[in-house]
Amino acid sequence: MTRLLHLKGVALVRGGRLLIDQLDLTVREGEAVHVTGINGSGKSSLLRLIAGLLQPVEGSIEQSPAALADDLSALDRELPLCRALDFWTARDSGEALARFGLVHLAHIPVRLLSTGQLKRATLARVAASGAPLWLLDEPFNALDRDGTARLEQAIADHRERGGAVIAASHLAPAGTWRELGL
Amino acid sequence: MIRLLIVREVRRGLRGSAWLPVAFFLLVATIVPFAVGPDTQLLSQVGGGALWVAALTAALLPIERLVDPDRADGVLDQLAIAGVSEELVGGAKILGHWLAFGPLLLLAAVPASVLVGLDWAALVRCLAALAVGTPALASLSVAVAALTAGLTRTGALAGLLLMPLAVPLLIFGAAATRDGESSALKLEAAVALLTVAGGPFVTGAAVRAARS
Repeated sequence: MTRLLHLKGVALVRGGRLLIDQLDLTVREGEAVHVTGINGSGKSSLLRLIAGLLQPVEGSIEQSPAALADDLSALDRELPLCRALDFWTARDSGEALARFGLVHLAHIPVRLLSTGQLKRATLARVAASGAPLWLLDEPFNALDRDGTARLEQAIADHRERGGAVIAASHLAPAGTWRELGL
Repeated sequence: MIRLLIVREVRRGLRGSAWLPVAFFLLVATIVPFAVGPDTQLLSQVGGGALWVAALTAALLPIERLVDPDRADGVLDQLAIAGVSEELVGGAKILGHWLAFGPLLLLAAVPASVLVGLDWAALVRCLAALAVGTPALASLSVAVAALTAGLTRTGALAGLLLMPLAVPLLIFGAAATRDGESSALKLEAAVALLTVAGGPFVTGAAVRAARS
């Protein structure tokens, strides 16, 4: 199986504090990693590090293209949802909208969406990105039961197609996940 | 992606408050005769300089909406993840901001020149100087917006940062408006070129620095 992510001896310093030290992690096609840890243990920072937004002070990172879903949607507030999503996707965003049950909101401006709907839209952006590596920061926050089921289905399908998922969450996701404690 | 980014900037500029700097510029041009007095001779002498001060202060108005909303919404992060360099984002923002700001300001400069008593030849010189200078103002605005993104109440700080950097532009721009014989327009173009070329790199470095 192809390696989608390889961290070797990675150390990360944030605000003068050594947050992550000597971390080795390899993620292959179809794998899913559940990152756990107390508040402030560096789960979000690890995801941002893997996404390339933070630089390690030590160690090396090899990774395939990644897509990050955190609590920032990155969708233009004044645009209808479908057009805001299209900015980030080369292909049509219709499938991702349907997958997360957002079709009826496609022409609603993003600024009118509720927190949960915005979370679904953020996840739809990741699903539509086509990136093999999904980085999900607290993906179940604000999702209702239907939203959680849809996300779990999306993750399962993504793994089926050879993608990998790294999720930081306090909730245990359904399915087989490898645990990574920080 | 770069084309999408420029289109996005122009759309946000025009939908947002593109008229605000222009209205401000016209307003300043309107109050100059009240302050200087009705002496046409005197007015036409200070008019060009006054328009430049008006253009400079008008450029400060949109600074808060240029970079900070994109930082707060995670757009800058997602662009970096998508592999778009911060410098490219800066360049696209500068071009997009100028497209929403420069042409409108040039249009407004026509009635403004009449208000401050510039004659036809001076109006043409003023438009040429503003056409050369506004891209540099756009570049400075975006760079300062990136430097102050994430801070609270950035308006005053942005002014303190931008004004000194714009002084060479102001000197040569106002001189080129006053006097068509001198080489002030060429010097203004040189300063503007330097500012426009440096803008994307300052913006890129500021966006990266804000992240860590």
